[in-house]
Amino acid sequence: MKILAALQEDSRQTYTAIAKQMGLAHSTVYDRVRKMEQQKVIKNYTVLVDLEKVGFKNILAMMTIYTDPKETESVAEKLAEATEVLEVYTSLSDELLVMAKVAAANQDDLHDFVADYVAPLAGVLRIRTSIITRRLKETHFLISSYLKGLHL
Amino acid sequence: MNPDTSSRILRTVPREKAFYFFTSIGNYTGTSAASLKEFMEKINEVNAKSLEFHLYRGDFEKWVSEALEDAWLAGEIRRLQKFGLAGEALRDQLYLTVSRRLKRLVSPPGTVQF
Repeated sequence: MKILAALQEDSRQTYTAIAKQMGLAHSTVYDRVRKMEQQKVIKNYTVLVDLEKVGFKNILAMMTIYTDPKETESVAEKLAEATEVLEVYTSLSDELLVMAKVAAANQDDLHDFVADYVAPLAGVLRIRTSIITRRLKETHFLISSYLKGLHL
Repeated sequence: MNPDTSSRILRTVPREKAFYFFTSIGNYTGTSAASLKEFMEKINEVNAKSLEFHLYRGDFEKWVSEALEDAWLAGEIRRLQKFGLAGEALRDQLYLTVSRRLKRLVSPPGTVQF
């Protein structure tokens, strides 16, 4: 768990550096990381890019899709297939919902995607879409926070 | 009008080609129409804000022209934009325009009905 926490903080650090922090042998860290990669505990190593700084002016929106309970899973799966959709969640609140974060070049493209791809999906009852105007925080769940006792 | 043309305009299109009524960008009301007759009926049911949203974006004329293939009605709907109508006045005028067209397609002039 501590090796994972260290990698989440900085995945570019060497096994030697991690081993030193943990008081473990380099080979132990290497073996455990390999095992976690094989078991898909570690799914991917990627780069977080500040898209605005490299000139991408995409808009982001949160969609809440009210669905027929029989079709919720299929709506969520179809959304997950679309490249415009960055994240998909389902929820069992008062009504069965699918929530999705969507990226589009502009408002017209966003509307076209919702009208041409999402609304026609079988089981979609109605859709609320909110365009994100300001992002105050964006992070992933960090194992190090959990280890420090911050049960989020 | 050629009966084949009328039948084509009056057909029910598949759900991916239906018209979906929104009230603003990305906000779908849950109402859709897959034929000219259904479109006319739904004009009377949806929030007038939805009619305003679609008329002035050109969505109605685009759907009527591309999905139903009725260029004449698309032109009539486009003309409505010039009047700057809103709310119930827009609903009434749009309903009148579509219902007249539907009536003409279903019973062309000169057709004797028994």
